[in-house]
Amino acid sequence: MSAVIDTLNAALRKVPAWSLYILLTLPIPYLFYSAATGGMGVEPINALEREMGELGLKLIILGLAITPLRKYLKLNLLKFRRAIGVMAFVYVAVHLGIWVVLDMSLRFEQMWSDIWKRPYITIGMVAFLGMIPLAVTSNNLSLRKMGAAAWRKLHKLVYPIAVLGGVHYIMVQKVWEVEPMVFLAVILALLATRIKWATKARTAPGV
Amino acid sequence: MAFRWKNNLTHADVTPEPIWLNRRAVLAGMAGAGALGGSVAAQESLEPNTWEEITTYNNFYEFGTGKSDPADNAGDMVTDGWEITIDGMVDNPGTFSLADLTADMTMEERLYRFRCVEAWSMVIPWNGFELADLLNKAGVQSGATHVAFETAVLPDVMPGVRRRVIEFPYVEGLRLDEAMHPLTIMATGVYDRPLANQSGAPIRLVVPWKYGFKSIKSIVRITLTDEQPKTSWNDINAREYGFYSNVNPEVDHPRWSQASERVIGGGLFAARQDTLMFNGYPEVASLYDGMDLSVEF
Repeated sequence: MSAVIDTLNAALRKVPAWSLYILLTLPIPYLFYSAATGGMGVEPINALEREMGELGLKLIILGLAITPLRKYLKLNLLKFRRAIGVMAFVYVAVHLGIWVVLDMSLRFEQMWSDIWKRPYITIGMVAFLGMIPLAVTSNNLSLRKMGAAAWRKLHKLVYPIAVLGGVHYIMVQKVWEVEPMVFLAVILALLATRIKWATKARTAPGV
Repeated sequence: MAFRWKNNLTHADVTPEPIWLNRRAVLAGMAGAGALGGSVAAQESLEPNTWEEITTYNNFYEFGTGKSDPADNAGDMVTDGWEITIDGMVDNPGTFSLADLTADMTMEERLYRFRCVEAWSMVIPWNGFELADLLNKAGVQSGATHVAFETAVLPDVMPGVRRRVIEFPYVEGLRLDEAMHPLTIMATGVYDRPLANQSGAPIRLVVPWKYGFKSIKSIVRITLTDEQPKTSWNDINAREYGFYSNVNPEVDHPRWSQASERVIGGGLFAARQDTLMFNGYPEVASLYDGMDLSVEF
Protein backbone atom coordinates (compact mmCIF):
# COMPACT_ATOMS: atom_id res chain seq x y z
CA MET A 1 0.00 0.00 0.00
CA SER A 2 2.62 2.54 1.00
CA ALA A 3 4.64 1.67 -2.12
CA VAL A 4 1.66 2.54 -4.28
CA ILE A 5 1.20 5.80 -2.42
CA ASP A 6 4.90 6.63 -2.79
CA THR A 7 4.77 6.01 -6.53
CA LEU A 8 1.62 8.09 -6.78
CA ASN A 9 3.15 10.94 -4.81
CA ALA A 10 6.26 10.83 -6.99
CA ALA A 11 4.17 10.95 -10.15
CA LEU A 12 2.01 13.78 -8.84
CA ARG A 13 5.11 15.82 -7.99
CA LYS A 14 5.74 16.06 -11.73
CA VAL A 15 2.24 17.34 -12.51
CA PRO A 16 2.16 21.14 -12.39
CA ALA A 17 -0.72 22.62 -10.41
CA TRP A 18 -1.63 25.00 -13.24
CA SER A 19 -2.59 22.05 -15.43
CA LEU A 20 -5.57 21.56 -13.15
CA TYR A 21 -6.95 24.99 -14.09
CA ILE A 22 -6.99 23.93 -17.73
CA LEU A 23 -8.28 20.43 -17.08
CA LEU A 24 -11.11 21.62 -14.84
CA THR A 25 -12.12 24.46 -17.13
CA LEU A 26 -12.62 22.23 -20.16
CA PRO A 27 -15.93 20.66 -18.98
CA ILE A 28 -17.57 24.10 -18.83
CA PRO A 29 -17.62 24.88 -22.57
CA TYR A 30 -18.27 21.20 -23.27
CA LEU A 31 -21.36 21.17 -21.03
CA PHE A 32 -22.69 24.41 -22.55
CA TYR A 33 -22.18 22.95 -26.01
CA SER A 34 -23.92 19.72 -25.01
CA ALA A 35 -26.86 21.66 -23.53
CA ALA A 36 -27.20 23.85 -26.61
CA THR A 37 -27.16 20.90 -29.00
CA GLY A 38 -29.70 18.66 -27.27
CA GLY A 39 -27.29 16.51 -25.27
CA MET A 40 -29.03 17.41 -22.02
CA GLY A 41 -32.59 16.72 -23.03
CA VAL A 42 -35.48 19.02 -23.83
CA GLU A 43 -35.02 21.25 -20.75
CA PRO A 44 -31.30 22.02 -20.96
CA ILE A 45 -31.29 25.03 -18.64
CA ASN A 46 -32.24 23.15 -15.52
CA ALA A 47 -29.95 20.24 -16.43
CA LEU A 48 -26.99 22.58 -16.99
CA GLU A 49 -27.70 24.54 -13.83
CA ARG A 50 -27.76 21.34 -11.77
CA GLU A 51 -24.67 19.90 -13.41
CA MET A 52 -22.61 23.03 -12.65
CA GLY A 53 -23.82 23.14 -9.06
CA GLU A 54 -23.06 19.45 -8.57
CA LEU A 55 -19.57 19.78 -10.01
CA GLY A 56 -18.92 22.81 -7.80
CA LEU A 57 -19.96 20.82 -4.75
CA LYS A 58 -17.86 17.84 -5.84
CA LEU A 59 -14.79 20.09 -6.09
CA ILE A 60 -15.49 21.52 -2.65
CA ILE A 61 -15.63 17.94 -1.35
CA LEU A 62 -12.41 17.07 -3.15
CA GLY A 63 -10.75 20.11 -1.58
CA LEU A 64 -11.93 19.03 1.86
CA ALA A 65 -10.60 15.51 1.25
CA ILE A 66 -7.01 16.62 0.71
CA THR A 67 -6.06 16.99 4.35
CA PRO A 68 -7.56 13.66 5.51
CA LEU A 69 -6.02 11.90 2.47
CA ARG A 70 -2.62 13.18 3.55
CA LYS A 71 -3.22 12.43 7.18
CA TYR A 72 -4.55 8.90 6.81
CA LEU A 73 -3.22 7.67 3.44
CA LYS A 74 -0.11 9.84 3.19
CA LEU A 75 -1.30 10.86 -0.25
CA ASN A 76 -0.04 14.36 -0.93
CA LEU A 77 -2.33 16.51 -3.07
CA LEU A 78 -1.65 19.70 -1.17
CA LYS A 79 -0.26 21.65 -4.10
CA PHE A 80 -3.51 21.11 -6.04
CA ARG A 81 -5.77 22.43 -3.30
CA ARG A 82 -5.75 26.05 -4.41
CA ALA A 83 -6.63 25.19 -8.02
CA ILE A 84 -9.42 22.88 -6.82
CA GLY A 85 -10.80 25.59 -4.55
CA VAL A 86 -10.66 28.31 -7.18
CA MET A 87 -12.31 26.04 -9.75
CA ALA A 88 -15.03 25.10 -7.23
CA PHE A 89 -15.76 28.83 -6.99
CA VAL A 90 -15.81 29.11 -10.80
CA TYR A 91 -18.36 26.28 -11.09
CA VAL A 92 -20.55 27.71 -8.36
CA ALA A 93 -20.36 31.15 -10.02
CA VAL A 94 -21.36 29.63 -13.38
CA HIS A 95 -24.20 27.76 -11.59
CA LEU A 96 -25.39 31.09 -10.17
CA GLY A 97 -24.93 32.84 -13.52
CA ILE A 98 -27.09 30.22 -15.26
CA TRP A 99 -29.80 30.77 -12.63
CA VAL A 100 -29.70 34.56 -13.04
CA VAL A 101 -29.44 34.80 -16.82
CA LEU A 102 -30.84 31.62 -18.37
CA ASP A 103 -33.21 30.24 -15.74
CA MET A 104 -34.68 33.43 -14.28
CA SER A 105 -34.25 35.51 -17.47
CA LEU A 106 -32.91 38.44 -15.42
CA ARG A 107 -36.21 38.84 -13.56
CA PHE A 108 -34.46 40.63 -10.73
CA GLU A 109 -37.58 41.42 -8.76
CA GLN A 110 -38.60 37.76 -8.66
CA MET A 111 -35.03 36.67 -7.90
CA TRP A 112 -34.72 39.18 -5.08
CA SER A 113 -37.91 37.95 -3.42
CA ASP A 114 -36.82 34.35 -4.04
CA ILE A 115 -33.50 34.96 -2.28
CA TRP A 116 -35.26 36.31 0.79
CA LYS A 117 -38.30 34.05 0.85
CA ARG A 118 -36.89 30.66 -0.18
CA PRO A 119 -34.55 29.19 2.42
CA TYR A 120 -32.75 26.93 -0.08
CA ILE A 121 -31.95 29.89 -2.30
CA THR A 122 -30.97 32.00 0.73
CA ILE A 123 -28.65 29.23 1.86
CA GLY A 124 -27.14 28.83 -1.61
CA MET A 125 -26.58 32.56 -1.89
CA VAL A 126 -24.94 32.77 1.54
CA ALA A 127 -22.62 29.91 0.57
CA PHE A 128 -21.69 31.71 -2.66
CA LEU A 129 -21.03 35.01 -0.89
CA GLY A 130 -18.86 33.14 1.60
CA MET A 131 -16.77 31.77 -1.26
CA ILE A 132 -15.93 35.22 -2.62
CA PRO A 133 -13.33 36.20 0.01
CA LEU A 134 -11.75 32.77 -0.36
CA ALA A 135 -11.49 33.08 -4.14
CA VAL A 136 -10.19 36.65 -3.93
CA THR A 137 -7.44 35.71 -1.48
CA SER A 138 -6.36 32.55 -3.30
CA ASN A 139 -3.05 34.02 -4.45
CA ASN A 140 0.43 34.35 -3.00
CA LEU A 141 0.22 38.09 -2.57
CA SER A 142 -2.83 37.83 -0.32
CA LEU A 143 -1.22 35.02 1.62
CA ARG A 144 1.89 37.17 2.23
CA LYS A 145 -0.06 40.30 3.08
CA MET A 146 -2.46 38.56 5.44
CA GLY A 147 0.09 36.31 7.07
CA ALA A 148 -0.23 32.53 7.03
CA ALA A 149 -2.15 32.26 10.31
CA ALA A 150 -4.84 34.78 9.39
CA TRP A 151 -5.08 33.38 5.88
CA ARG A 152 -5.57 29.84 7.17
CA LYS A 153 -8.17 31.06 9.62
CA LEU A 154 -10.12 32.81 6.86
CA HIS A 155 -10.02 29.76 4.64
CA LYS A 156 -11.63 27.63 7.32
CA LEU A 157 -14.75 29.42 6.09
CA VAL A 158 -14.94 26.61 3.57
CA TYR A 159 -16.23 24.30 6.34
CA PRO A 160 -19.58 26.06 6.87
CA ILE A 161 -19.76 26.78 3.12
CA ALA A 162 -19.52 23.07 2.33
CA VAL A 163 -22.30 22.26 4.81
CA LEU A 164 -24.52 25.03 3.39
CA GLY A 165 -23.86 23.74 -0.11
CA GLY A 166 -24.82 20.20 0.89
CA VAL A 167 -28.00 21.41 2.61
CA HIS A 168 -28.87 23.58 -0.41
CA TYR A 169 -28.56 20.51 -2.65
CA ILE A 170 -30.87 18.42 -0.45
CA MET A 171 -33.46 21.20 -0.23
CA VAL A 172 -33.69 21.69 -3.99
CA GLN A 173 -35.26 18.21 -4.34
CA LYS A 174 -38.99 17.61 -4.04
CA VAL A 175 -38.50 14.43 -2.02
CA TRP A 176 -35.63 13.03 0.07
CA GLU A 177 -33.25 11.89 -2.66
CA VAL A 178 -30.36 9.58 -1.82
CA GLU A 179 -27.57 11.28 -3.78
CA PRO A 180 -27.74 14.72 -2.11
CA MET A 181 -27.82 13.05 1.29
CA VAL A 182 -24.70 11.06 0.39
CA PHE A 183 -23.02 14.36 -0.55
CA LEU A 184 -23.86 15.91 2.81
CA ALA A 185 -22.82 12.76 4.67
CA VAL A 186 -19.42 12.81 2.92
CA ILE A 187 -19.00 16.51 3.74
CA LEU A 188 -19.82 15.92 7.39
CA ALA A 189 -17.48 12.91 7.53
CA LEU A 190 -14.63 14.93 6.03
CA LEU A 191 -15.24 17.71 8.53
CA ALA A 192 -15.38 15.16 11.36
CA THR A 193 -11.82 14.04 10.56
CA ARG A 194 -10.74 17.55 11.55
CA ILE A 195 -12.22 17.43 15.02
CA LYS A 196 -9.45 17.40 17.57
CA TRP A 197 -10.68 14.82 20.04
CA ALA A 198 -9.45 15.80 23.50
CA THR A 199 -8.63 12.24 24.48
CA LYS A 200 -6.77 11.34 21.31
CA ALA A 201 -3.06 12.01 21.16
CA ARG A 202 -2.18 14.18 18.20
CA THR A 203 0.39 12.61 15.89
CA ALA A 204 0.18 14.58 12.67
CA PRO A 205 -0.26 18.33 12.38
CA GLY A 206 -3.56 18.13 10.50
CA VAL A 207 -5.12 21.37 9.39
CA MET B 1 -75.00 6.29 -22.78
CA ALA B 2 -75.46 3.86 -25.64
CA PHE B 3 -75.24 6.54 -28.30
CA ARG B 4 -74.76 10.25 -28.51
CA TRP B 5 -77.70 12.22 -29.81
CA LYS B 6 -76.72 14.59 -32.54
CA ASN B 7 -78.56 17.43 -34.17
CA ASN B 8 -77.90 19.93 -36.88
CA LEU B 9 -78.36 22.93 -34.67
CA THR B 10 -75.49 24.59 -32.91
CA HIS B 11 -75.36 26.63 -29.76
CA ALA B 12 -75.35 29.70 -31.98
CA ASP B 13 -78.88 28.97 -33.08
CA VAL B 14 -80.39 29.01 -29.63
CA THR B 15 -78.14 31.04 -27.42
CA PRO B 16 -77.48 34.78 -27.41
CA GLU B 17 -74.12 35.32 -29.00
CA PRO B 18 -72.16 36.60 -25.96
CA ILE B 19 -73.11 33.52 -23.99
CA TRP B 20 -72.37 31.35 -27.00
CA LEU B 21 -68.95 32.94 -27.32
CA ASN B 22 -68.39 32.23 -23.66
CA ARG B 23 -69.41 28.61 -24.20
CA ARG B 24 -66.98 28.41 -27.10
CA ALA B 25 -64.32 29.76 -24.80
CA VAL B 26 -65.02 26.88 -22.46
CA LEU B 27 -64.48 24.48 -25.31
CA ALA B 28 -61.53 26.45 -26.55
CA GLY B 29 -59.16 23.66 -25.82
CA MET B 30 -60.28 21.96 -29.00
CA ALA B 31 -57.69 22.29 -31.70
CA GLY B 32 -58.91 24.04 -34.79
CA ALA B 33 -61.76 25.84 -33.08
CA GLY B 34 -62.82 28.91 -35.03
CA ALA B 35 -61.49 32.35 -34.20
CA LEU B 36 -64.20 33.23 -31.74
CA GLY B 37 -63.43 35.46 -28.79
CA GLY B 38 -60.18 36.29 -27.10
CA SER B 39 -59.76 33.03 -25.27
CA VAL B 40 -60.11 31.04 -28.47
CA ALA B 41 -57.65 33.29 -30.25
CA ALA B 42 -55.22 32.76 -27.39
CA GLN B 43 -55.66 29.01 -27.75
CA GLU B 44 -55.05 29.18 -31.46
CA SER B 45 -51.72 30.83 -30.90
CA LEU B 46 -50.60 27.86 -28.84
CA GLU B 47 -47.74 26.01 -30.40
CA PRO B 48 -47.77 22.37 -29.32
CA ASN B 49 -44.59 20.81 -28.02
CA THR B 50 -43.05 18.03 -30.06
CA TRP B 51 -43.76 14.35 -29.38
CA GLU B 52 -40.14 14.03 -28.28
CA GLU B 53 -40.44 16.86 -25.76
CA ILE B 54 -43.73 15.52 -24.43
CA THR B 55 -42.36 12.01 -23.98
CA THR B 56 -38.82 12.60 -22.68
CA TYR B 57 -39.37 15.16 -19.90
CA ASN B 58 -41.76 13.62 -17.42
CA ASN B 59 -42.59 13.25 -13.78
CA PHE B 60 -43.85 9.72 -13.12
CA TYR B 61 -42.29 8.73 -9.80
CA GLU B 62 -43.28 5.08 -10.23
CA PHE B 63 -40.50 4.97 -12.80
CA GLY B 64 -38.01 7.20 -10.97
CA THR B 65 -37.65 10.81 -9.90
CA GLY B 66 -35.41 12.06 -12.72
CA LYS B 67 -37.06 13.75 -15.68
CA SER B 68 -35.76 11.15 -18.14
CA ASP B 69 -36.36 8.16 -15.82
CA PRO B 70 -39.94 7.55 -17.01
CA ALA B 71 -38.89 7.46 -20.67
CA ASP B 72 -35.97 5.19 -19.78
CA ASN B 73 -37.88 2.82 -17.49
CA ALA B 74 -41.55 2.75 -18.51
CA GLY B 75 -41.10 0.60 -21.61
CA ASP B 76 -41.79 -2.68 -19.82
CA MET B 77 -45.23 -1.70 -18.57
CA VAL B 78 -47.82 -3.79 -20.44
CA THR B 79 -51.02 -1.88 -21.12
CA ASP B 80 -52.79 -4.55 -23.20
CA GLY B 81 -55.83 -5.85 -21.37
CA TRP B 82 -55.89 -2.83 -19.05
CA GLU B 83 -58.85 -2.71 -16.73
CA ILE B 84 -60.35 0.12 -14.73
CA THR B 85 -62.53 -0.31 -11.68
CA ILE B 86 -65.27 2.23 -11.15
CA ASP B 87 -66.75 2.01 -7.70
CA GLY B 88 -68.11 3.91 -4.76
CA MET B 89 -71.25 5.99 -5.11
CA VAL B 90 -72.19 5.00 -8.66
CA ASP B 91 -75.19 3.17 -10.09
CA ASN B 92 -73.09 0.95 -12.35
CA PRO B 93 -69.97 -0.10 -10.49
CA GLY B 94 -67.64 -2.71 -11.89
CA THR B 95 -64.34 -3.49 -13.51
CA PHE B 96 -64.23 -2.67 -17.19
CA SER B 97 -61.80 -3.21 -19.99
CA LEU B 98 -60.43 -0.01 -21.41
CA ALA B 99 -61.95 -0.85 -24.77
CA ASP B 100 -65.44 -1.24 -23.28
CA LEU B 101 -65.06 1.91 -21.27
CA THR B 102 -64.01 4.12 -24.16
CA ALA B 103 -66.10 2.50 -26.91
CA ASP B 104 -68.97 4.94 -26.77
CA MET B 105 -67.09 8.01 -25.66
CA THR B 106 -66.74 10.97 -28.00
CA MET B 107 -63.05 11.33 -28.79
CA GLU B 108 -61.73 14.84 -29.33
CA GLU B 109 -58.40 16.54 -29.68
CA ARG B 110 -57.74 19.15 -27.03
CA LEU B 111 -54.77 21.47 -27.28
CA TYR B 112 -54.06 22.35 -23.65
CA ARG B 113 -51.43 24.19 -21.72
CA PHE B 114 -49.79 21.91 -19.17
CA ARG B 115 -48.17 23.62 -16.19
CA CYS B 116 -46.05 21.68 -13.72
CA VAL B 117 -45.80 22.78 -10.09
CA GLU B 118 -42.03 22.91 -10.71
CA ALA B 119 -42.64 26.03 -12.84
CA TRP B 120 -42.18 24.54 -16.29
CA SER B 121 -44.82 24.14 -18.93
CA MET B 122 -45.68 22.52 -22.23
CA VAL B 123 -48.52 22.65 -24.73
CA ILE B 124 -49.94 19.21 -25.46
CA PRO B 125 -52.38 18.02 -28.13
CA TRP B 126 -54.30 15.43 -26.11
CA ASN B 127 -56.79 12.97 -27.53
CA GLY B 128 -59.49 11.99 -25.14
CA PHE B 129 -63.03 12.42 -23.94
CA GLU B 130 -64.77 14.41 -21.26
CA LEU B 131 -64.66 12.79 -17.85
CA ALA B 132 -68.23 14.03 -17.36
CA ASP B 133 -69.41 11.62 -20.07
CA LEU B 134 -67.79 8.69 -18.28
CA LEU B 135 -69.19 9.73 -14.91
CA ASN B 136 -72.66 10.14 -16.38
CA LYS B 137 -72.37 6.68 -17.87
CA ALA B 138 -71.37 5.28 -14.50
CA GLY B 139 -74.32 7.03 -12.92
CA VAL B 140 -73.13 9.28 -10.11
CA GLN B 141 -75.39 8.90 -7.09
CA SER B 142 -76.74 11.95 -5.32
CA GLY B 143 -74.65 12.70 -2.29
CA ALA B 144 -71.36 12.03 -4.05
CA THR B 145 -69.14 15.09 -3.78
CA HIS B 146 -65.68 13.97 -4.91
CA VAL B 147 -63.93 11.67 -7.36
CA ALA B 148 -60.83 9.73 -6.30
CA PHE B 149 -58.31 8.24 -8.75
CA GLU B 150 -55.61 5.64 -8.33
CA THR B 151 -52.54 4.80 -10.43
CA ALA B 152 -51.44 1.25 -11.18
CA VAL B 153 -48.83 -0.24 -8.84
CA LEU B 154 -46.64 -2.67 -10.78
CA PRO B 155 -43.46 -3.24 -8.76
CA ASP B 156 -42.09 -5.70 -11.33
CA VAL B 157 -41.80 -2.97 -13.95
CA MET B 158 -41.72 0.15 -11.76
CA PRO B 159 -38.31 0.76 -10.16
CA GLY B 160 -39.62 3.81 -8.29
CA VAL B 161 -42.25 1.64 -6.61
CA ARG B 162 -39.56 -0.82 -5.53
CA ARG B 163 -37.48 2.05 -4.11
CA ARG B 164 -40.61 3.46 -2.43
CA VAL B 165 -39.61 7.06 -3.15
CA ILE B 166 -43.14 8.05 -2.08
CA GLU B 167 -46.08 6.05 -0.82
CA PHE B 168 -47.79 4.08 -3.57
CA PRO B 169 -50.34 3.78 -5.09
CA TYR B 170 -50.29 7.36 -6.25
CA VAL B 171 -53.72 8.80 -5.59
CA GLU B 172 -55.42 11.98 -6.71
CA GLY B 173 -58.83 13.53 -6.48
CA LEU B 174 -61.17 16.24 -7.66
CA ARG B 175 -64.30 17.81 -6.34
CA LEU B 176 -67.28 16.52 -8.36
CA ASP B 177 -67.92 19.87 -10.05
CA GLU B 178 -64.27 20.04 -11.12
CA ALA B 179 -64.49 16.50 -12.47
CA MET B 180 -67.68 17.32 -14.39
CA HIS B 181 -66.25 20.49 -15.92
CA PRO B 182 -66.04 20.28 -19.71
CA LEU B 183 -62.32 21.11 -19.64
CA THR B 184 -61.60 17.98 -17.60
CA ILE B 185 -60.79 15.08 -19.87
CA MET B 186 -59.58 11.53 -19.77
CA ALA B 187 -56.75 11.30 -22.28
CA THR B 188 -55.81 8.18 -24.19
CA GLY B 189 -53.51 9.74 -26.76
CA VAL B 190 -51.24 12.54 -27.87
CA TYR B 191 -50.87 13.61 -31.50
CA ASP B 192 -53.43 10.93 -32.46
CA ARG B 193 -51.07 8.26 -31.17
CA PRO B 194 -51.74 6.16 -28.08
CA LEU B 195 -50.21 7.64 -24.94
CA ALA B 196 -46.59 6.71 -24.36
CA ASN B 197 -46.20 4.67 -21.18
CA GLN B 198 -44.29 7.55 -19.55
CA SER B 199 -47.18 9.88 -20.39
CA GLY B 200 -49.60 7.72 -18.42
CA ALA B 201 -50.69 5.00 -20.82
CA PRO B 202 -53.21 3.74 -21.46
CA ILE B 203 -55.48 6.33 -19.86
CA ARG B 204 -54.93 9.35 -17.66
CA LEU B 205 -56.68 12.39 -16.30
CA VAL B 206 -56.01 15.89 -17.67
CA VAL B 207 -57.13 18.91 -15.65
CA PRO B 208 -55.53 21.80 -17.51
CA TRP B 209 -56.09 24.57 -14.94
CA LYS B 210 -54.33 22.63 -12.17
CA TYR B 211 -50.68 21.74 -11.64
CA GLY B 212 -49.65 18.69 -13.62
CA PHE B 213 -49.46 16.30 -10.69
CA LYS B 214 -53.26 16.48 -10.33
CA SER B 215 -53.54 14.90 -13.80
CA ILE B 216 -52.95 11.36 -12.53
CA LYS B 217 -51.49 8.80 -14.91
CA SER B 218 -52.17 5.15 -15.79
CA ILE B 219 -55.45 5.03 -13.90
CA VAL B 220 -56.78 1.72 -12.57
CA ARG B 221 -59.53 2.96 -10.24
CA ILE B 222 -62.08 5.75 -10.15
CA THR B 223 -64.11 6.04 -6.96
CA LEU B 224 -67.03 8.34 -6.26
CA THR B 225 -67.16 9.40 -2.63
CA ASP B 226 -68.83 11.86 -0.29
CA GLU B 227 -65.60 13.12 1.25
CA GLN B 228 -62.44 14.81 0.05
CA PRO B 229 -60.12 11.96 -0.92
CA LYS B 230 -56.49 11.63 0.08
CA THR B 231 -54.14 12.96 -2.62
CA SER B 232 -50.50 11.92 -2.85
CA TRP B 233 -48.61 15.22 -2.87
CA ASN B 234 -50.90 16.78 -0.30
CA ASP B 235 -50.20 13.75 1.87
CA ILE B 236 -46.42 14.03 1.36
CA ASN B 237 -46.24 17.75 2.14
CA ALA B 238 -49.51 19.58 2.79
CA ARG B 239 -47.75 22.91 3.29
CA GLU B 240 -46.38 22.80 -0.25
CA TYR B 241 -49.14 20.99 -2.16
CA GLY B 242 -52.78 21.77 -1.51
CA PHE B 243 -55.76 19.62 -2.46
CA TYR B 244 -56.86 22.09 -5.12
CA SER B 245 -53.45 22.98 -6.57
CA ASN B 246 -54.94 25.36 -9.10
CA VAL B 247 -52.31 27.12 -11.18
CA ASN B 248 -52.07 30.50 -9.49
CA PRO B 249 -49.24 32.97 -10.15
CA GLU B 250 -50.12 34.85 -6.95
CA VAL B 251 -49.75 31.91 -4.59
CA ASP B 252 -46.13 30.85 -4.38
CA HIS B 253 -44.93 27.38 -3.68
CA PRO B 254 -43.07 27.78 -0.35
CA ARG B 255 -39.78 27.05 -2.08
CA TRP B 256 -40.24 28.92 -5.35
CA SER B 257 -42.32 31.58 -6.99
CA GLN B 258 -45.14 30.50 -9.29
CA ALA B 259 -45.29 33.89 -11.02
CA SER B 260 -43.46 32.70 -14.10
CA GLU B 261 -42.60 29.50 -15.89
CA ARG B 262 -40.06 28.04 -18.26
CA VAL B 263 -41.52 26.71 -21.49
CA ILE B 264 -40.03 23.36 -22.42
CA GLY B 265 -38.49 23.23 -25.87
CA GLY B 266 -37.27 26.81 -26.03
CA GLY B 267 -33.64 25.72 -25.75
CA LEU B 268 -30.94 27.42 -23.77
CA PHE B 269 -31.87 31.03 -24.37
CA ALA B 270 -35.67 31.09 -24.24
CA ALA B 271 -37.01 33.61 -21.75
CA ARG B 272 -39.33 32.70 -18.92
CA GLN B 273 -42.97 33.61 -19.44
CA ASP B 274 -45.58 34.87 -17.02
CA THR B 275 -47.85 32.24 -15.54
CA LEU B 276 -51.55 32.80 -16.18
CA MET B 277 -54.25 32.52 -13.52
CA PHE B 278 -55.85 29.06 -13.78
CA ASN B 279 -53.15 28.38 -16.38
CA GLY B 280 -55.07 30.55 -18.84
CA TYR B 281 -58.49 28.92 -18.35
CA PRO B 282 -60.44 31.70 -16.58
CA GLU B 283 -63.72 29.92 -17.32
CA VAL B 284 -63.16 27.69 -14.28
CA ALA B 285 -63.01 30.66 -11.87
CA SER B 286 -66.68 30.35 -10.95
CA LEU B 287 -65.99 26.89 -9.48
CA TYR B 288 -64.15 28.68 -6.70
CA ASP B 289 -66.53 31.55 -6.00
CA GLY B 290 -66.36 32.52 -2.36
CA MET B 291 -63.16 30.60 -1.70
CA ASP B 292 -59.90 32.25 -0.63
CA LEU B 293 -57.50 30.59 -3.05
CA SER B 294 -54.47 31.62 -1.00
CA VAL B 295 -55.87 29.53 1.87
CA GLU B 296 -57.49 26.74 -0.15
CA PHE B 297 -54.59 26.50 -2.58
